[in-house]
Amino acid sequence: MDVRRESETTATKNRTEVERKSEREVVVTRTVNAPGRLVFEAWTKAELFQRWWVPKSYGLTLLSCEMDVRVGGQYRLVFRHEDSTMEFFGTYLEVTPHSRLVWTNEEDDGKTITTVTFDETAGKTLLVVHDLYPSKEAVDTGSSGAMPEAFDQLDELLANL
Amino acid sequence: MLSSAAILNHMVQYSRSRFDASFGALSDATRRGVLEQLGRADASITALAERFHMTLTGMKKHVGVLEQAGLVSTEKVGRVRTCKLGLRGLEEEAAWIEDYRHLWAARFDELDIVVEELKQKEKANGREKRK
Repeated sequence: MDVRRESETTATKNRTEVERKSEREVVVTRTVNAPGRLVFEAWTKAELFQRWWVPKSYGLTLLSCEMDVRVGGQYRLVFRHEDSTMEFFGTYLEVTPHSRLVWTNEEDDGKTITTVTFDETAGKTLLVVHDLYPSKEAVDTGSSGAMPEAFDQLDELLANL
Repeated sequence: MLSSAAILNHMVQYSRSRFDASFGALSDATRRGVLEQLGRADASITALAERFHMTLTGMKKHVGVLEQAGLVSTEKVGRVRTCKLGLRGLEEEAAWIEDYRHLWAARFDELDIVVEELKQKEKANGREKRK
Protein backbone atom coordinates (compact mmCIF):
# COMPACT_ATOMS: atom_id res chain seq x y z
CA MET A 1 0.00 0.00 0.00
CA ASP A 2 1.01 3.59 -0.42
CA VAL A 3 1.58 4.16 3.25
CA ARG A 4 3.99 1.28 3.48
CA ARG A 5 5.96 2.46 0.49
CA GLU A 6 6.25 5.87 2.04
CA SER A 7 7.67 4.49 5.26
CA GLU A 8 10.14 2.38 3.33
CA THR A 9 11.61 5.35 1.53
CA THR A 10 12.10 7.18 4.82
CA ALA A 11 14.10 4.29 6.17
CA THR A 12 15.20 6.21 9.26
CA LYS A 13 11.87 5.55 10.96
CA ASN A 14 11.95 2.62 13.29
CA ARG A 15 9.23 0.02 13.23
CA THR A 16 6.40 0.20 15.75
CA GLU A 17 5.18 -3.21 16.91
CA VAL A 18 1.87 -3.84 18.59
CA GLU A 19 0.86 -7.04 20.25
CA ARG A 20 -2.30 -7.93 22.07
CA LYS A 21 -0.79 -9.95 24.87
CA SER A 22 -4.07 -10.94 26.42
CA GLU A 23 -7.67 -9.82 26.52
CA ARG A 24 -6.72 -6.89 28.72
CA GLU A 25 -3.16 -6.13 27.67
CA VAL A 26 -1.64 -4.39 24.69
CA VAL A 27 2.10 -3.98 24.30
CA VAL A 28 3.72 -1.47 21.96
CA THR A 29 7.45 -1.48 21.24
CA ARG A 30 9.58 1.00 19.35
CA THR A 31 13.25 1.97 19.28
CA VAL A 32 14.17 5.65 19.41
CA ASN A 33 17.59 6.71 18.18
CA ALA A 34 18.58 8.64 21.27
CA PRO A 35 19.79 7.99 24.81
CA GLY A 36 17.26 7.09 27.48
CA ARG A 37 17.57 10.34 29.37
CA LEU A 38 16.48 12.39 26.34
CA VAL A 39 13.61 10.07 25.52
CA PHE A 40 12.56 10.14 29.16
CA GLU A 41 12.64 13.94 29.07
CA ALA A 42 10.26 13.95 26.11
CA TRP A 43 7.85 11.76 28.10
CA THR A 44 7.96 13.75 31.32
CA LYS A 45 8.08 17.44 30.40
CA ALA A 46 4.63 18.73 29.53
CA GLU A 47 5.90 21.19 26.93
CA LEU A 48 7.63 18.34 25.07
CA PHE A 49 5.09 15.60 25.71
CA GLN A 50 2.21 17.59 24.26
CA ARG A 51 4.08 18.01 21.02
CA TRP A 52 4.01 14.34 20.13
CA TRP A 53 1.41 12.45 22.18
CA VAL A 54 -1.46 13.40 19.95
CA PRO A 55 -0.40 13.10 16.32
CA LYS A 56 -1.40 16.05 14.20
CA SER A 57 -3.06 13.79 11.66
CA TYR A 58 -5.70 12.78 14.21
CA GLY A 59 -7.46 16.12 14.15
CA LEU A 60 -7.26 16.75 17.87
CA THR A 61 -6.40 20.11 19.37
CA LEU A 62 -4.70 20.13 22.72
CA LEU A 63 -6.31 22.75 24.96
CA SER A 64 -4.20 22.13 28.04
CA CYS A 65 -1.61 19.73 29.39
CA GLU A 66 -0.64 19.57 33.03
CA MET A 67 1.78 16.94 34.29
CA ASP A 68 3.12 16.61 37.80
CA VAL A 69 5.56 13.81 37.17
CA ARG A 70 6.31 12.31 40.58
CA VAL A 71 4.89 9.37 42.48
CA GLY A 72 1.33 10.32 43.40
CA GLY A 73 1.41 13.32 41.06
CA GLN A 74 -1.48 13.92 38.68
CA TYR A 75 -1.75 14.66 35.01
CA ARG A 76 -4.61 16.12 33.03
CA LEU A 77 -4.89 16.67 29.31
CA VAL A 78 -7.78 18.40 27.63
CA PHE A 79 -8.43 18.06 23.91
CA ARG A 80 -10.92 19.25 21.45
CA HIS A 81 -12.09 16.89 18.73
CA GLU A 82 -14.54 18.46 16.31
CA ASP A 83 -17.31 19.77 18.58
CA SER A 84 -16.50 17.88 21.73
CA THR A 85 -13.81 18.14 24.36
CA MET A 86 -12.15 15.15 25.95
CA GLU A 87 -10.34 15.02 29.23
CA PHE A 88 -7.76 12.49 30.17
CA PHE A 89 -6.39 12.29 33.66
CA GLY A 90 -4.73 10.01 36.12
CA THR A 91 -1.92 9.50 38.61
CA TYR A 92 1.74 8.59 38.34
CA LEU A 93 2.42 5.43 40.31
CA GLU A 94 6.12 5.05 39.56
CA VAL A 95 8.68 7.49 38.27
CA THR A 96 12.20 6.10 37.85
CA PRO A 97 14.29 8.61 35.90
CA HIS A 98 15.43 7.42 32.49
CA SER A 99 14.10 3.90 32.90
CA ARG A 100 10.49 3.50 34.01
CA LEU A 101 7.16 5.30 34.21
CA VAL A 102 3.86 3.92 35.46
CA TRP A 103 0.60 5.83 35.46
CA THR A 104 -3.09 5.24 35.74
CA ASN A 105 -5.71 6.50 33.37
CA GLU A 106 -8.90 7.23 35.21
CA GLU A 107 -11.40 9.01 33.02
CA ASP A 108 -13.23 5.81 32.10
CA ASP A 109 -14.84 3.27 34.37
CA GLY A 110 -12.03 1.34 35.92
CA LYS A 111 -8.37 2.18 35.68
CA THR A 112 -6.04 1.52 32.83
CA ILE A 113 -2.45 1.12 33.95
CA THR A 114 0.30 2.08 31.56
CA THR A 115 3.88 1.02 32.17
CA VAL A 116 6.62 2.45 30.01
CA THR A 117 10.17 1.16 30.17
CA PHE A 118 13.16 2.88 28.60
CA ASP A 119 15.95 0.45 27.82
CA GLU A 120 19.09 2.06 26.46
CA THR A 121 21.64 0.13 24.41
CA ALA A 122 24.47 1.77 22.48
CA GLY A 123 22.85 5.20 22.48
CA LYS A 124 19.45 3.89 21.36
CA THR A 125 16.43 3.42 23.52
CA LEU A 126 13.95 0.58 23.28
CA LEU A 127 10.56 1.75 24.46
CA VAL A 128 8.06 -0.79 25.71
CA VAL A 129 4.60 0.57 26.43
CA HIS A 130 2.40 -1.87 28.26
CA ASP A 131 -1.28 -0.98 28.66
CA LEU A 132 -3.32 -3.01 31.11
CA TYR A 133 -7.00 -2.24 30.60
CA PRO A 134 -9.61 -2.88 33.28
CA SER A 135 -11.59 -5.22 31.02
CA LYS A 136 -11.67 -6.75 27.59
CA GLU A 137 -14.52 -4.35 26.75
CA ALA A 138 -12.37 -1.33 27.57
CA VAL A 139 -9.84 -2.47 24.98
CA ASP A 140 -12.44 -3.26 22.38
CA THR A 141 -14.10 0.15 22.51
CA GLY A 142 -11.38 1.11 20.08
CA SER A 143 -12.99 -0.91 17.32
CA SER A 144 -16.59 -2.01 17.17
CA GLY A 145 -17.51 0.10 20.14
CA ALA A 146 -16.43 3.25 18.39
CA MET A 147 -19.73 3.65 16.65
CA PRO A 148 -21.92 0.97 18.16
CA GLU A 149 -25.13 2.57 16.99
CA ALA A 150 -23.84 2.69 13.44
CA PHE A 151 -22.92 -0.98 13.46
CA ASP A 152 -26.23 -1.84 15.06
CA GLN A 153 -27.95 -0.05 12.22
CA LEU A 154 -25.81 -1.93 9.76
CA ASP A 155 -26.65 -5.24 11.40
CA GLU A 156 -30.32 -4.39 11.16
CA LEU A 157 -29.93 -3.50 7.54
CA LEU A 158 -28.16 -6.75 6.81
CA ALA A 159 -30.75 -8.72 8.70
CA ASN A 160 -33.47 -7.21 6.56
CA LEU A 161 -31.85 -7.95 3.23
CA MET B 1 -2.63 8.80 30.11
CA LEU B 2 -4.92 9.41 27.24
CA SER B 3 -5.31 5.70 27.00
CA SER B 4 -4.83 4.54 23.48
CA ALA B 5 -8.13 2.71 23.34
CA ALA B 6 -9.82 5.91 24.45
CA ILE B 7 -8.19 7.98 21.75
CA LEU B 8 -9.11 5.44 19.13
CA ASN B 9 -12.60 5.41 20.47
CA HIS B 10 -12.86 9.04 19.52
CA MET B 11 -11.38 8.55 16.13
CA VAL B 12 -14.75 8.14 14.58
CA GLN B 13 -13.48 8.97 11.15
CA TYR B 14 -12.20 5.47 10.69
CA SER B 15 -15.43 3.85 11.71
CA ARG B 16 -17.33 6.33 9.66
CA SER B 17 -15.34 5.53 6.58
CA ARG B 18 -15.88 1.82 7.12
CA PHE B 19 -19.52 2.52 7.69
CA ASP B 20 -19.68 4.51 4.48
CA ALA B 21 -17.92 1.68 2.72
CA SER B 22 -20.54 -0.69 4.05
CA PHE B 23 -23.37 1.47 2.81
CA GLY B 24 -21.64 1.95 -0.50
CA ALA B 25 -21.35 -1.80 -0.77
CA LEU B 26 -25.02 -2.25 0.02
CA SER B 27 -26.23 0.35 -2.44
CA ASP B 28 -26.03 -2.13 -5.30
CA ALA B 29 -28.70 -4.75 -5.93
CA THR B 30 -26.26 -7.38 -7.17
CA ARG B 31 -24.07 -6.98 -4.11
CA ARG B 32 -27.08 -7.29 -1.83
CA GLY B 33 -27.97 -10.43 -3.73
CA VAL B 34 -24.46 -11.79 -3.28
CA LEU B 35 -24.69 -11.24 0.48
CA GLU B 36 -28.02 -12.97 0.56
CA GLN B 37 -26.58 -15.87 -1.40
CA LEU B 38 -23.54 -16.14 0.86
CA GLY B 39 -25.85 -16.05 3.84
CA ARG B 40 -27.16 -19.42 2.64
CA ALA B 41 -23.84 -20.97 1.67
CA ASP B 42 -20.26 -20.09 0.78
CA ALA B 43 -19.68 -19.83 -2.94
CA SER B 44 -16.86 -19.44 -5.41
CA ILE B 45 -16.59 -16.29 -7.51
CA THR B 46 -17.28 -18.41 -10.59
CA ALA B 47 -20.49 -19.76 -9.07
CA LEU B 48 -21.57 -16.27 -8.06
CA ALA B 49 -20.82 -14.94 -11.54
CA GLU B 50 -22.97 -17.68 -13.06
CA ARG B 51 -25.75 -17.21 -10.56
CA PHE B 52 -25.94 -13.48 -11.30
CA HIS B 53 -25.31 -13.83 -15.04
CA MET B 54 -22.16 -11.78 -14.93
CA THR B 55 -18.62 -12.01 -16.19
CA LEU B 56 -15.98 -13.24 -13.78
CA THR B 57 -14.33 -9.82 -13.85
CA GLY B 58 -17.58 -8.09 -13.01
CA MET B 59 -18.23 -10.38 -10.07
CA LYS B 60 -14.66 -10.00 -8.84
CA LYS B 61 -15.24 -6.25 -8.68
CA HIS B 62 -18.43 -6.62 -6.67
CA VAL B 63 -16.81 -9.07 -4.29
CA GLY B 64 -13.87 -6.68 -3.95
CA VAL B 65 -16.21 -3.89 -2.84
CA LEU B 66 -17.91 -6.17 -0.33
CA GLU B 67 -14.55 -7.37 0.92
CA GLN B 68 -13.31 -3.81 1.43
CA ALA B 69 -16.37 -3.08 3.51
CA GLY B 70 -15.62 -6.13 5.64
CA LEU B 71 -18.90 -7.74 4.66
CA VAL B 72 -17.35 -10.61 2.77
CA SER B 73 -14.11 -12.48 3.14
CA THR B 74 -12.49 -14.59 0.48
CA GLU B 75 -10.01 -17.38 0.55
CA LYS B 76 -8.15 -18.86 -2.34
CA VAL B 77 -7.67 -22.58 -2.24
CA GLY B 78 -5.87 -23.86 -5.30
CA ARG B 79 -7.50 -22.14 -8.23
CA VAL B 80 -10.81 -21.46 -6.57
CA ARG B 81 -11.56 -18.31 -4.61
CA THR B 82 -14.29 -19.02 -2.12
CA CYS B 83 -16.38 -16.20 -0.70
CA LYS B 84 -18.18 -16.18 2.58
CA LEU B 85 -19.83 -13.64 4.78
CA GLY B 86 -17.21 -11.52 6.50
CA LEU B 87 -16.12 -12.64 9.93
CA ARG B 88 -16.49 -9.17 11.25
CA GLY B 89 -15.20 -10.09 14.67
CA LEU B 90 -11.89 -11.41 13.43
CA GLU B 91 -11.41 -8.69 10.90
CA GLU B 92 -12.20 -6.02 13.40
CA GLU B 93 -9.61 -7.41 15.75
CA ALA B 94 -6.96 -7.21 13.03
CA ALA B 95 -8.16 -3.76 12.00
CA TRP B 96 -8.10 -2.66 15.60
CA ILE B 97 -4.50 -3.75 16.10
CA GLU B 98 -3.58 -1.93 12.93
CA ASP B 99 -5.32 1.23 14.18
CA TYR B 100 -3.49 0.95 17.46
CA ARG B 101 -0.20 0.55 15.65
CA HIS B 102 -1.00 3.46 13.37
CA LEU B 103 -1.68 5.74 16.32
CA TRP B 104 1.54 4.79 18.05
CA ALA B 105 3.63 4.95 14.89
CA ALA B 106 2.35 8.47 14.28
CA ARG B 107 3.10 9.41 17.87
CA PHE B 108 6.59 8.00 17.71
CA ASP B 109 7.33 9.77 14.45
CA GLU B 110 6.61 13.04 16.20
CA LEU B 111 8.52 11.91 19.28
CA ASP B 112 11.53 11.36 17.00
CA ILE B 113 11.38 15.03 16.02
CA VAL B 114 11.21 16.20 19.63
CA VAL B 115 14.03 13.91 20.71
CA GLU B 116 16.18 14.93 17.75
CA GLU B 117 15.81 18.55 18.86
CA LEU B 118 16.90 17.62 22.36
CA LYS B 119 19.91 15.84 20.92
CA GLN B 120 20.90 18.89 18.87
CA LYS B 121 20.39 21.18 21.84
CA GLU B 122 22.59 18.97 24.01
CA LYS B 123 25.28 18.93 21.38
CA ALA B 124 25.19 22.72 21.06
CA ASN B 125 25.35 23.12 24.83
CA GLY B 126 28.30 20.73 25.00
CA ARG B 127 30.12 22.82 22.45
CA GLU B 128 29.44 25.96 24.38
CA LYS B 129 30.75 24.46 27.61
CA ARG B 130 33.99 23.46 25.94
CA LYS B 131 34.65 27.03 24.83
